[in-house]
Amino acid sequence: MTELREVTLGDLDAIEIGAAILGTGGGGNPYIGKLRCREELRKGRRIPVIPLDDLADDALVVSLGGIGAPVVGVEKIEQGEECLRALQALEAELGCQIDALIATEIGGANAMEPMLTAAQAGLPVVDGDGMGRAFPEMQMCTWSIYGHRSTPAAMADEKGSIVVLRHTPNEVWLERLARANVVVMGAAAGIALAPMRGDFVRKASIPHTLSQAHALGNAVLRAQANHADPVQTVIDQERGRLLMTAKIVDLERHLKGGFAIGHIALEGFGENRGEHGRIDLQNEFLVFRRDGAVEVCVPDLIVVLEADTGLPITTEMLRYGQRIAVLALPCHDLLRTPEALAVIGPAAFGYPDIAYCPLATVAESHAAGPGGETLA
Amino acid sequence: MFRIGIDVGGTNTDAVVMHGGHILAGVKTPTTEDVMGGVVESLTKALKESTVPKDDVRAVMIGTTHFTNAVVERRHLARTAAVRLCLPAAQCLPPMVDWPDDIRDAVGGHGWMAKGGHEFDGREISALDADELDRIAGEIAAAGIETVALCSVFSPVNDAMERRAMAHMKTRLPNADFTLSSEIGRLGILERENAAIMNASLRALSARTVGAFAKALDSVQLDCPYFITQNDGTLMSRAFVQAYPVLTFASGPTNSMRGAAFLSGQTDAIVADIGGTSTDVGALVKGFPRPASTTVDVGGVRTNFRMPDVHSIALGGGTIVVEDNGTMRVGPRSVGYRLFEQALVFGGGTLTTTDMAVGLGLVDIGDPAPAQALGADRLAAIKARTDAMIANAVERMRVSPAPIPVLAVGGGSILVPERVCGLPVIRPEHFSVANAVGAAIGQISGEVDRIFALTSIGREEALAMARAEATDKATAAGARPDSIEVLDQEDVPLAYLPGNATRVRVKVVGDLDD
Repeated sequence: MTELREVTLGDLDAIEIGAAILGTGGGGNPYIGKLRCREELRKGRRIPVIPLDDLADDALVVSLGGIGAPVVGVEKIEQGEECLRALQALEAELGCQIDALIATEIGGANAMEPMLTAAQAGLPVVDGDGMGRAFPEMQMCTWSIYGHRSTPAAMADEKGSIVVLRHTPNEVWLERLARANVVVMGAAAGIALAPMRGDFVRKASIPHTLSQAHALGNAVLRAQANHADPVQTVIDQERGRLLMTAKIVDLERHLKGGFAIGHIALEGFGENRGEHGRIDLQNEFLVFRRDGAVEVCVPDLIVVLEADTGLPITTEMLRYGQRIAVLALPCHDLLRTPEALAVIGPAAFGYPDIAYCPLATVAESHAAGPGGETLA
Repeated sequence: MFRIGIDVGGTNTDAVVMHGGHILAGVKTPTTEDVMGGVVESLTKALKESTVPKDDVRAVMIGTTHFTNAVVERRHLARTAAVRLCLPAAQCLPPMVDWPDDIRDAVGGHGWMAKGGHEFDGREISALDADELDRIAGEIAAAGIETVALCSVFSPVNDAMERRAMAHMKTRLPNADFTLSSEIGRLGILERENAAIMNASLRALSARTVGAFAKALDSVQLDCPYFITQNDGTLMSRAFVQAYPVLTFASGPTNSMRGAAFLSGQTDAIVADIGGTSTDVGALVKGFPRPASTTVDVGGVRTNFRMPDVHSIALGGGTIVVEDNGTMRVGPRSVGYRLFEQALVFGGGTLTTTDMAVGLGLVDIGDPAPAQALGADRLAAIKARTDAMIANAVERMRVSPAPIPVLAVGGGSILVPERVCGLPVIRPEHFSVANAVGAAIGQISGEVDRIFALTSIGREEALAMARAEATDKATAAGARPDSIEVLDQEDVPLAYLPGNATRVRVKVVGDLDD
């Protein structure tokens, strides 16, 4: 994978697709963010990208993004500098200067927000994030898991209001207070979280995820242009595995506690004819079963692509009869430790009976030989 | 009373005369460059064939691709002013930001943003500023622009700002024509604004077209109202289509699906409409086309219209077949309307899917000899390929595992085999003019799409309010009150929002009041 050193106009479509793939069904639609990045770049602004390894120990890195309801995000589009004002408020609060920005969540809409603010603030964006995918809540990120406290945090809306949350007893309280605030702000705001030191960010971030999103999207676009198989391209690119090519034969979905919860039932076709699959979802795809047995689960990535185009299908776009390819991509090791699994493992999503078995990468399973995959 | 349905397609203008559920005449005539010539001719032929007295015709229903084509071809579009009420929100993406350059140029690319708009819960983002609106109106007048699209944040929930801004600007722009986004689109400001701008740019063409349709009826001495079909299979009055021409987008596939439903008596089915160059496959749910769930591009512009969910493949009666290393390749090119000169069975030199059908004895047209000379193996190989293409498209559109039928309509529907994906195929009578039948049976609809706060009222009360409002809209548009039924009703709790904010969508339909 080539490392992205700057995001230019020609990269945005690829990042949009790649971020949606890494969203594993959730994370919101990056379309509006892509348009906004395009406008910033057309003004002559730039989005430099800095690799994790190039961060100095004492560099100050801020993670930021939009917070609110996705349905509001497509209607009341941002004024445009919400995150920038939140960042500036944070700098004023702490009397410091921030050196770089980073995405909390590479999967979905929030992949774009730090790139935008980077262009406006004249800062680089770090090639990495705190999830390597999408998760539904702010505290479900590696930095919180490995000890970072996100206060003080600053929020800004389009009207000029700024709120600094100086201290909360823990990360969950920050999520609650920020959520209450954003409702008053009209269900859309920018939020910047307490700065992290470069040495911590290097250690506790999922690396290369911006490059990864870019490369993924590019692979899909290239495959489409060359009439190659985009699904195979994604698999090759990501050292992932094709779990099943299948048709959706049942779909159950409802809203509960602010989440889209449900499952899809699959009937294999092609090489998977005769097999039955099932994917449970909660905004994101959580658990994949083949003929009743759990094969892949969070935090590993379960990705659903349209079989013909290779374009990602988000949970709200699922439909009976869709022909899909289900892929599993291994998550980063930082998401596989006991501390991490306590926050983002199957039990944290209501599956106490599923023991997380890390998805073997293709290279590992080949090394182990046939039957060597340690999957439940 | 009698009804006449007309479908103005790219190649043919079809017309049917109907009395109740009976089809008294069905004719096909070539579409003319000016559109009206073909309409007059098809009306004349259909009236003659049916021998129905002109005075007994209750209404004419017209399905047309005229406005879609204007957008796709960037022709006849008026210079338009787009005014968004949003500030300080939404200023990072000005109007038409995601349009292809050529269509933005075609409408002039004139966009303004002003204070206004609502929050999701009904609070104002900011108040309207009369001075600001005066300044913008002055600039619009100075630019000589006569059609304005107004779009306010959350206007599908509260349209008051759009209305007040229009009233205010009209005092400065007395001759301008206004399109309000709240009247044509739903939540998703960019897509709704895009639709409003396209609508505004089509208003002048719409006025001309509506006038020309009236003239066409006059010229055949038909003294009855006429309606235009919209993309959900329902009818728009003359005044309505003049105001909202964009609602005709994609009405063609809708008409053929509705016509297929009517002709076969089926309400839940897959419809395959096979023409000369392409096949549109869609799904019928309760007699209406299933709408697409995602955004739909029209001429490269993103919209969120309630378009039918149609999967199109390059397979029709004129699709060219090429033998390549022993494999029979079908499409994507087609001889189109030149089928009757170029196909083998008509003495031409091009192998088409029609030749396969003739060679296998599926249909008796032209001279079968050159088709039969291909040999049984080749014919079977082509048939296997076209069957697989149709099966794949049908499979995609199935809405449930239920064994619903496949309805085959359109001139090329002979290509559909007896069973597809294990589903029975029905080829109804008059299948080749199903689209005109779909226009003739159009119903009147009323729709509400709004966010309710369920803290002050209960869910049932909110749904009842929405149904009553939708019914009022339908009767105002000409539906017979006792025929109104709820076609679709949906309430979606909005995640993350307090106060049990719930989005309620209700759509009712009723028969045209005879």
